[in-house]
Amino acid sequence: MITAPEFLPPEEGGPLSTRPDHLLVLEMVEPGSRVLDVGCGDGALLRLLQARKGVDGRGIEISQAGVNASVAHGLSVIQGDADTDLDNYPDDAFDQVILSQTLQATRNPRYVLENMLRIGRRAVISFPNFGHWKMRAQVVFRGRMPVTPQLPDTWYDTPNIHLCTIRDFVDLCDLAGAKIERAVALDSSGAPVRVNAPWWFWNLFGAQAVFSLSRR
Amino acid sequence: MGEAQVALSVHEAARREADAPHSAVARFGASTPLKLDCGTVLSDFQIAYQTYGTLNPERSNAVLVCHALTADQHAANPHPVTHKGGWWDTMIGPGKPIDTNRYFVICSNVLGGCMGTTGPASLNPATGRAWGLDFPVVTIRDMVRAQALLIDALGIESLFCVVGGSMGGMQVLEWAASYPDRVFCAMPLATGAKHSAQNIAFNEVGRQAIMADPEWVGGRYIDEGRVPRKGLGVARMAAHITYLSEAALQRKFGRNLQDREAPTFTFDADFQIESYLRHQGSSFVERFDANSYLYVTRAMDYYDLAADHGGVLAEAFRASRTRFCVMSFTSDWLFPTRDSRAVVHALNAAAANVSFVEIASDKGHDAFLLDEPEMFSTARGFLHAAARARGLPQPGSDA
Repeated sequence: MITAPEFLPPEEGGPLSTRPDHLLVLEMVEPGSRVLDVGCGDGALLRLLQARKGVDGRGIEISQAGVNASVAHGLSVIQGDADTDLDNYPDDAFDQVILSQTLQATRNPRYVLENMLRIGRRAVISFPNFGHWKMRAQVVFRGRMPVTPQLPDTWYDTPNIHLCTIRDFVDLCDLAGAKIERAVALDSSGAPVRVNAPWWFWNLFGAQAVFSLSRR
Repeated sequence: MGEAQVALSVHEAARREADAPHSAVARFGASTPLKLDCGTVLSDFQIAYQTYGTLNPERSNAVLVCHALTADQHAANPHPVTHKGGWWDTMIGPGKPIDTNRYFVICSNVLGGCMGTTGPASLNPATGRAWGLDFPVVTIRDMVRAQALLIDALGIESLFCVVGGSMGGMQVLEWAASYPDRVFCAMPLATGAKHSAQNIAFNEVGRQAIMADPEWVGGRYIDEGRVPRKGLGVARMAAHITYLSEAALQRKFGRNLQDREAPTFTFDADFQIESYLRHQGSSFVERFDANSYLYVTRAMDYYDLAADHGGVLAEAFRASRTRFCVMSFTSDWLFPTRDSRAVVHALNAAAANVSFVEIASDKGHDAFLLDEPEMFSTARGFLHAAARARGLPQPGSDA
């Protein structure tokens, strides 16, 4: 009876997200595909993907407030934990599995990444780059744990327990058997870092990165 | 003395509802036999039901509300026996989450109940006396089969939504598993896909209390003009504790004494909680049939949806296109969140469309019947999105 994916009118539930990393994920998601957003928050990215790409979207979110906001927006979201609840999904249940600004808050990022590529044919992951020059500067010159707009929490109350740099993440992809289909780094203003730059350049000037991965 | 007469009249009014309810009644005869899980065929029975709102010309806006153990079809109207408001007045009505301005809401008394749908308190046409223990033991699936006959009789091919809490939630899951193409969306609340050992244990205490009452007389009390009030009252008291939470009991009653300054050194109801439970028990026995309590608790005990599908719960929802919204409550220890999670995991494994929220509440299992704003907003959002997907007119539109 549900024949077509549901296209949400953009005005429903307020304006759509314009966050640069969300727009980049949007670019990497295939129209009409089945998408699981792991750590979907209040569902802003899922709403954007439904409205602009007509995806059949599902979400997992750990906070009750986030789940309630998502369901109230008409999204299919369950309260759950990326570290434990991905196990329950069958292989190839989704075309794409998204992990937006959540990797650094998982207990076992490698396991989560492997699980994502088991559940979905492709994975789209965005994360803050701990190798960005501002981060490095705060550690090197001030001798302090960095606090930035992307990572605003102080070290003692941050949910971000597994921070990494872009180069670290590339290594993890290798370990987890992931092929990098596409990678984009965004500078601190949200603009893409020069496309043909080498990894070291991205690692220094990218404030965050978005990767599209497939199984190798 | 005057109080005893009033109590008697409530009881008599309730007895009358079993055969001649203050509700619409659908009668089923030999042409629509109901084959029960126990093997018996019920070919002469009736279903009492209430409706709210208007069925649209496409017959696509029907919501079936499934009631819990001791509730009935009077979900959103004053109760004909107790004259209290509907048990789900908070959820159902104009502008409420289950909006009767948009949806046609149906609530029927379950098979085995005592408010007008055939059950042990009904007249057995074969004997001219109350069914009593001659009534066949029914299951949740039997209740749902009977509801499906009612939905057929109402000319409704597919339900927009099936919703209910506790035992009502079991029926919701059963509907989705048995009639996947007839359920567009499903909202099982504070429930599980099976009854736990602890839940069976509590039900057994209740049944033993009823059957130990000499007034029960082997289940023939109606014929003999007797009422097993003590037994049914104790059953209700024990069960009622499981509907609350320790925190709620503490908040509401603590160790407060009932209308006295000090303990009386007797077995009188010294504590407020004792007085409260005694009241719960004594008012319940006036409106509810003891044998019905045995049958309906038995139906819950027998419920094990996975067992009906080769031991794999996900199989119950295979290829289901129904949209699900599962809700649990943090302080519910009768159907704890892990029971809902098991359902959600099975739905995920079946790649079904599911939302799940655990709502923070200290009100225990009964929270689904109470004022829980998070539950209302979640239900409202879920139904609204499903209505849009179903092509139902949006509120405020002229269509």
